[in-house]
This record gives sequence, C-alpha cells and structure tokens, in this order.
Amino acid sequence: MKVLKDLFEDYRFVVSFTILCALLLLAILSLFSPHDPTLWGTAPRDIKPSWEHLFGTNSKGQDLFWQAAFAVRNSLIIALIAASLSRVIAVLVGMVAGYKGGMTGTVLMFFSDVFLVIPLFLIIVMLAMLVRERMNLVTLGLLLAAFGWSWDARVIRSQILSLRERGFTQTAVLSGTGTVRLVLNEYMPFTTPLIFSTLINNMAWVIGLEITLAFLGLVNMDIPTLGTMLQWAISYQAILLGYWWWIVTPIVLSVLLFVALYWLSVSISEYLDPRTRIQRVGA
Amino acid sequence: MNKPVLRTENLKAFYVLDVHGDQTVVKAVNGVNLHIRENEVYGIAGESGCGKSTLLKTLYGAIEPPLRLMGGKVYYRVVDEELDASRLSAEDKRYLRWEFISYVPQGSMSVHNPVLKLKETFHDFISAHLSGKTREEAFEIAKAWLVELGLPTKILDAYPHQLSGGMKQRVTIALAALLKPKVIICDEPTTALDVVVQRGVVQLLKSIQRELQNSIVLVTHDMGIHANVADRIAIMYAGVIVEEAPAATVFGSPQHPYTRYLINSLPRFGDKSARESAPGNPPLLSNLPGGCPFHPRCPYVLEICKREMPETVALNQNHKAACWLVVEREDGKTP
Amino acid sequence: MEKLLEVDRLTKVFTLGTMISRVRITAVDNVSFFVRPAEIFALAGESGCGKTTTARIILGFEQATSGQVIHKERPERDSKHRKVWFSESIQAIFQDPFSTFNPLRIVDRYFFETVRHYKLEDNREATIKRIDQKLKAVGLSYEEVAGRYPSEFSGGQLQRISIARALLTDPILMIADEPVSMVDASLRMSIVNLFKKLKEDIGVSVLYITHDLATAYYVSDRIAIMFRGNIVEMGPVEQVLMEPRHPYTRLLRESIPEVDPDMRWSEMITLTDIEQEEYLRRGCKFAGRCPMVMDVCKDIMPQDITVGDVQVKCHLYNSPSSGSS
Repeated sequence: MKVLKDLFEDYRFVVSFTILCALLLLAILSLFSPHDPTLWGTAPRDIKPSWEHLFGTNSKGQDLFWQAAFAVRNSLIIALIAASLSRVIAVLVGMVAGYKGGMTGTVLMFFSDVFLVIPLFLIIVMLAMLVRERMNLVTLGLLLAAFGWSWDARVIRSQILSLRERGFTQTAVLSGTGTVRLVLNEYMPFTTPLIFSTLINNMAWVIGLEITLAFLGLVNMDIPTLGTMLQWAISYQAILLGYWWWIVTPIVLSVLLFVALYWLSVSISEYLDPRTRIQRVGA
Repeated sequence: MNKPVLRTENLKAFYVLDVHGDQTVVKAVNGVNLHIRENEVYGIAGESGCGKSTLLKTLYGAIEPPLRLMGGKVYYRVVDEELDASRLSAEDKRYLRWEFISYVPQGSMSVHNPVLKLKETFHDFISAHLSGKTREEAFEIAKAWLVELGLPTKILDAYPHQLSGGMKQRVTIALAALLKPKVIICDEPTTALDVVVQRGVVQLLKSIQRELQNSIVLVTHDMGIHANVADRIAIMYAGVIVEEAPAATVFGSPQHPYTRYLINSLPRFGDKSARESAPGNPPLLSNLPGGCPFHPRCPYVLEICKREMPETVALNQNHKAACWLVVEREDGKTP
Repeated sequence: MEKLLEVDRLTKVFTLGTMISRVRITAVDNVSFFVRPAEIFALAGESGCGKTTTARIILGFEQATSGQVIHKERPERDSKHRKVWFSESIQAIFQDPFSTFNPLRIVDRYFFETVRHYKLEDNREATIKRIDQKLKAVGLSYEEVAGRYPSEFSGGQLQRISIARALLTDPILMIADEPVSMVDASLRMSIVNLFKKLKEDIGVSVLYITHDLATAYYVSDRIAIMFRGNIVEMGPVEQVLMEPRHPYTRLLRESIPEVDPDMRWSEMITLTDIEQEEYLRRGCKFAGRCPMVMDVCKDIMPQDITVGDVQVKCHLYNSPSSGSS
C-alpha cells in the first residue's frame, strides 16, 4: 500500500484517479440501466437536465444519463482492446528487434517504419468503410490496435538497445540466463513504466480516433459511444435547436476522460521512472 | 614564509537531499582548514566519495543546491588584501574568476560545445575579461600562450570531436591559465586518460606553474601523480583532511594510519612483496561513524577514537595530522 | 607445455563511418597468446589497443573476423557448444562494478540463477551452502549479501560479489576486464590480492586485462603489451616490465608515475593527436612516435622475434639473417 500512499502525494494522480473512478462508476451503472440504449422513445423528448433526468433527454427520446453511461463504457472497452493489443505487438516487436538485432531487427523495424510513414488516418477511414457493416466494439478495437503500435515499438526497441549494452546483461548471460528470461527479468523492470505510460496514452488516442470516425459516420451508429453520442447530437442540430445539454454531455465527458488519462500517465510514469526508483531502493 | 593565497577556516559544506520525504544530509566537507601558499602545487588526495570534488567547488564559490555552505569561510588573497569569498558580489566573483582563480572541473574536456570551434567556446568564457580588446587580439593572446606551452595553435580552429581526449584536456587546462590566475584548481585532470597522455598533462601543469609562479590545487586519487608534481599533499578522508605534509614526508614517513595504508598499498616496480589494502569500506558521507571517521577500519583504534574527532596536531612546521595516536605521542613528548 | 586457452591469430575488423566514407580499423590484428593452468596472464595496453575487444571475442560477445579461440577441453568451434563451455569453465568480471548487477534487482538472485541454470546443486540448502562458500572465499558471507540491492554495497564489495558469482561454476579461467579501475584506491589491492589467492589456493587462471602496469607487475606471471591491435611484447612480467625491449613498452613503463617524489619525470614526451592515423599505418604502428625509428619500420610490419623468453614485435631485434628476408 506504500505505492498508493506515495502516489497520492501527487495532486495530479489524486485528481485523475478521482475522475477515472467517477467515470468507471458511471460505466458500471450502465449494467443497471432501466432502458435498452439502442431503443428510441424510452423517455420524454428534449427535456432540460432535472432531478428526474440528470443530463436531460434527447430528441430520440432517450435519457442522456443512461446514454452517457453506455457511451463511457463502450468507449473504454474499445480503448482497452485496442491499447492492450497494440501494446502486445509493440512489446514483442520492440524487444525482438532490440535484443536480436541483425536481419530480424531490420525487417521488423522496416514494417514498423512503414506503419509510421503511411497516412494512417486515411487508411483507417478506408478500412472502416469496408467493414462498416460488421463494425462492432471488437472489430473497431482490432482495427485501431493494428495501427497503434509502430511508434511505441520503436521506443521500446531503443530502450532495449541501450539496456543490452549495460554490464548486467553480460552478467546474466554468464549466469546461464536464456534470452526470454533475460528480457523478462532484467529488462522488464525498466520497460514496464514505458509500456504503462504508452498504454494510457494509446487509450486516449483510440478514444479520440473513435470520436473522429463516428463523426464521419464510419461506425455503427446504434452502439452508444462518446463519438456516436456527439454525432447524433450534431445530426439532429442540437445546437441550433438550443438543446445544449445533448452536445455538452459527450464533450465534457471526453475532456474529463482525456485529462484524467493524461495526468494518470504522467504521474504514474514519474513514479515508476527507474531513476527515482533506484533512489527509493537505495534510501 | 609565504602568506596563503587561498585559505579556509573550518569550512563545512553539506548536501541536503530530500528523497520522497526522507531527508539525507551528506557531510561532504566537514571542517576543513586549508592554507594554500603562493607558488606551490598543492595536492589533495583521497578516494571517490571523500568529498574532494565538493571541497573544490566550495573553494571556487560554485555552491548550488542541494550543496549548502554550513559554516566556515573561504578567503582569497587578492593584491595583498584578504577577501571573504562568501561576501563577494556576483560581479566581483565574475571578475575574480579566470583572473584570480580558475577551475577545471572533472571531465571538463567533454563539456565543450560540439558545434562550435574551441576558440568560440573559449571566447564566450573570457569575453567579460577582455574589454578593450577585439576578438582577433584575444585570439592572438591565446595563440601566443599555446605556443609558449608547446601546444599546437591549430587546435583553436578545431571542433572538439577532432581532438583526442588528452589534447582536449590539455587545451582546457592551458586556456584556464591564459589570464594568469593566481590559483588554478584542477579536479582529477588525469583520470580516464592513458598513462602516456597523463604524463603529458602533468608535464603541462608543471610548465604552467613554472611560467606563472602561481598556485595549483590538484585533486586526484592517483598517488603516483601526486608524487610527481605536488609540493605539499593533503590526504582527505570522509570530508576531513587527516594529514598534510610536503610530498617527501607523506611518502617517506606518513603518520596517519589511513595515509600509511594508502602509501603502502601502492604496487612498485621491482618489488613484488605483498601489499595490503585498508580493511573494510569507506564510510558513507550521509552516515558517518562517530569520533574519527576512520576508526572502524583502523587497526590501532583506541577507545577515544570512537568518541571524539581528534584535533589536527602539528608535528612540525609543515607536517600536520589528525589522529589520536599522534596526539598521545606528542603529549608524551612534552611533559 | 599445457595450454588452458589458446588464442590463435585472432583478428577483428571494425568498419566505421557511413556508406560513402568508410574506414576499416583493425582493432585486433593477428593476436596469438595462450594462458597456462594456474597462471595470471596480463593483457595490458592503453585505451583503444584492442584488449577489451579480445576479451569480448573470447567470451563470445563479439564475433572474430578471423582466427580462433581454442579451449583445452572442448576444441570444437561450434557456436552452440561454445556457449556452454564458455560460461561454465570460463567466467568473467567487468570494469564497472556498479553496472554488473541490475540496480532494480536483488543481488543474490544472480547467484541462485547461476546455480539453477547450470544445475550445480539440486536443493536450496546445498545452493545456499555453495553460495556462502564462494562469498566466504572473497571475504563476504551469504548473510551480508542476501536480500540486498546493488546500491547498498560499495564498489569494492560489488566487485568481490561479482568475483564470487563467477566462482560458483568452479571455472578454470577467469577473465577480468579492468577489474580495479573503478574501485577505490584503498580497496584496490584487496581485489588484486584476491586473484593471487584464487590462483594459489584453487588454481584458477586469470586473464587480467588492464591499463595499470603497476598492478599487472604485482600480480601477474606473464604479460602481453598491446598497441593499436598488435601484441608488441610478450613474456615473463619481470623481464617485460623491468627490462622492456620494445620502444613502446619502454615509453609506457616510463610514463607510469613512480610513487616516489625523488623520481620525477624530467624528459619531455610527444603525444599523438590522431589515433586513427596510427591504426591505419602500413608498417609498425608505433613508427610515428618511436625515438629509434628506421626506414624499414614505416613500410613493413615487423615479425614476432624471440629474444630469450620474450617475444618482441620490433625491427630492432632482427638478426642479420632474418633482417634481409
């Protein structure tokens, strides 16, 4: 618990942790929703926020509070699928390319570079158009995972390259340690903070991209996410009609989510930074 | 006798570190009295983590947090007038630096700006002292000085990466001496250099001293270098000077047990007899033992050593040591 | 004469620079030497002479361009076998004790891993006994080391721990790359004495790689002086260092400051400014600085000439008959 105590000394961690907890709670509440979020007309239309409808209702006759709960949950699910999967790819590619080097490393880095230089966004849009019919949370997560790993693979590779030159690598080899164990035991403690902070950053990227794709109408509009919520509000011209709560809800939630993820990543990676960890171990 | 050009009085400088709420005090300089005379090479010897680099920073007045001056004074003797270094204004300090005192920090050879020619980097340093002189005149002075020291002048037009480590180190030292300062402080100038290059650096230090007749404070852990250049040597251990004497005395009849270990453990050519290191490990400056800091490693330890730090005793005019063994012996002599 | 390890005409060429301006540097040039059982063999020279590269090739961390490393017990050069015998019968310790162990891991893990990976013991009790025995051999004990991080030890202690770990497999040869250059002056001799003791008590041979001729003289039996990739002089340490024959060995020997204020340097020396130039020389690499340089030195690389017990790479020792060839 010392870890949490140390982390709670950082105000950024406190703020982001609180926001995330609140958003998670909201997402969990969706399990107890009285309405099916895909159905229309389960509530009166266009009502301002009130005690009965906390976030108001929209022109489709849906309670925005419950819509928001589903949206946050689904956006987080997409982000988790995409970010975790792309971390696995990034770690594998980065570590193999860094430790093995040679021809294998060159080939892997070539692929990673290809993903870096191609116009990612256009290709994602094109692919999204192709699979639009079968687009659900998982396919969207997979699609974004396939494109979100290349830069982080490169970062991990460069870290492994420098760790490989450190004396303890040679000590481990002379101790008879095999490659897999060497990477797991010796390098992982240094790489974990990096993986962690890129995981959170990648989640933020995925959420942002999902909003963009929804905005372009390239996802399944029936599934409530932060992006589709915003898209519906705009297509019903909520601003012009004065239904500000319809458009403010997804925007505020997205901003909160971004801020929380960003500060969480900053404060945790500062805490896990090997340099400060060595100081703590030494103290 | 010469008046000291640089003098300290019970100098104390500690690092105060704060790691996640735990405060650590590193007593790097813990009551040091130095008298550096005019026209001498003063060697300070000690192992890593004994506080010798911190002592130099304090002498030069380069005290930056987390390092804090906790007590004592540093005096510079500028034109027959003794100045308290801690009371100097920033402007005075800037003026005294390079003209009165120069400092060649450890590894300074690798801090040159890689994209500037050496002369440009160098000009940035001394431009404050060259009012009334054009750049070209300044370079002429620098060139003439390099010629005098037997270094090639083309190096001023070179980029740092074009020179070997030894050459960079020699240029750095030569340029630190350009404005003919009264005191030059060198921190480990020969460390990480090859032996043949080390010899070149020592050769340069000697010729600078001969030319300027000034004082050079030379810090290194290498006793061989001290034997070769230093007039007087101070042995530093855990933030204090434990012994100070002319070079021949330090090597000929060392008094402090630590000095003896240091001298006797040095391997010599033509003598393969067994050499012993001091037992144990140097103490952490953040966690010093009570009394004399050497007592846990000392084979002659007395009860009093564990309780009290010995005073520095003068064995004769030039030879001082801080050790209870010496105190007791000297007391026995004078009834 | 029994040879534990033989290095035979080892050569390593590094290519520096870009695609357009390439420079090929022969970091190790036709180097041959051998280590006998229970012997301390010093490989000495300045930085960039190729001594560390030689050690890395022997340990398998680097591939040689040509030449071979022959081991007494298993002469095959198959890379798979090599790994096993290198690690079991040849162990190594390194220059920087502070980076020898991962700062985020407890030091004793390396001991347990070594025992486990080489299947040296089959239960925990025997493992700890073995670890304790090896740590005692270097003046420490298991209790002092168990459960601690590297940052809790001094450089001297870490270097001892590193030696103890290397001893776990009961190696017959230990490769020590500059083992004392980063250890405190007051502790340096304790490490060097340890090598002597290991040699005398359990017959471990040591390949002692160093730039410090004074400790090399103190501890080793035979020595090879390397300069710009070549061994320029090799033989019993007493002869090589007390009566140096090669002009470079002489310069090196004279450049070690004597720890005696009565023996200060008086003679001036000239230094080279550009290392690369010396590597690329056609003839003897030292010709540019040699006080006794002859015309032949600038064009032809001298042969290894045996003078008494010592092997010298210098035209000065050419006998009239071999000189004409």
